[in-house]
Amino acid sequence: MGLLQYFRQEKPKKGSAKLAKDRLQIIVAHEHSCAARPSYLPEMQQEIVAVIRKYMDISSNDVKCEFSDKADDDMSVLEVNVALPKNR
Amino acid sequence: MAKVIVVTSGKGGVGKTTSSAAIGSGLAMSGAKTVIIDFDIGLRNLDLIMGCERRVVYDLINVINGEANLQQALVKDKRISDLFIMPASQTRNKDALTKEGVEKVIADLKADGFEYIICDSPAGIEQGAMMALYFADEAIVTTNPEVSSVRDSDRITGMLSSKSYRSEQQLTPVKVHLLITRYCPERVEKEEMLSIDDINDLLGIDLLGVIPESQDVLNASNLGEPIILNQDCDAGKAYQDAVDRLLGIDRDFRFITYEKKGFLSRIFGG
Repeated sequence: MGLLQYFRQEKPKKGSAKLAKDRLQIIVAHEHSCAARPSYLPEMQQEIVAVIRKYMDISSNDVKCEFSDKADDDMSVLEVNVALPKNR
Repeated sequence: MAKVIVVTSGKGGVGKTTSSAAIGSGLAMSGAKTVIIDFDIGLRNLDLIMGCERRVVYDLINVINGEANLQQALVKDKRISDLFIMPASQTRNKDALTKEGVEKVIADLKADGFEYIICDSPAGIEQGAMMALYFADEAIVTTNPEVSSVRDSDRITGMLSSKSYRSEQQLTPVKVHLLITRYCPERVEKEEMLSIDDINDLLGIDLLGVIPESQDVLNASNLGEPIILNQDCDAGKAYQDAVDRLLGIDRDFRFITYEKKGFLSRIFGG
């Protein structure tokens, strides 16, 4: 019985290197997309929120600023998305 | 034409100082006048790795502040005639490391006939690390086959292409080389460790060398002798190959595949 178990354990175990590579691929791609973002973006987002709040009752969470810079496009896109609560 | 080469990594403990010492020594052994500058202000260790810690009198910050001249601060290596060490300061505030100061030291070293100026970067992305890479013409990014090291290497590669003098002046970009250290072919074979190809896919940097995990490295640091001087060990040979490639000589990669020990050699320890 003991001998049988010994041989069974010899079956190749899948190593963790594959998982490490997959995780790194995701995080590295994510960090590259963040790096393309201009550094003034958070400040600009705050200012946009402040202007809209002058006229409308929204919270800062209702405004999303996204900056995308895809290598295959020849232009960058700044997307400002304001979610307005209904009946206001 | 003098070359400024930064040895960097982002993450600590991956072998920057060991690699700076080995590669600097290798370049000097090729007959090129070489200096290795320790940028780790407050935590200098290059002097220990090079075995010249008892001959340090003045340091980089003294030179920047004009308290000593270049010749007073440079420590000449006793084994290799064309090799000099510029120690980091041990006590002073690291803000003393100014861009203008570093620029002047590098210009003076070039004027003094140095062909290779190796900047041994501290870990992290603080002032010392940024100053070490700022004036670089080439960079050696030292990476362990391990997730945190690979991620940090990617970050520091980004900084080389955005925060260096060459990038700011829109000159030819810093030439980045990848140096993989502590590589374990046996564990790669078992899929327990990221392979050279994995790291290449992730970072996309030209491979300069692969240094196998080796007990001889600790031994060399105990003795204060750069590992490249030990040409009997695999790590020393692998560093020599990396230096040769840096000098433009073609070298096949060695010590990157695992050879299973045969039955007889296992018994007789061959």
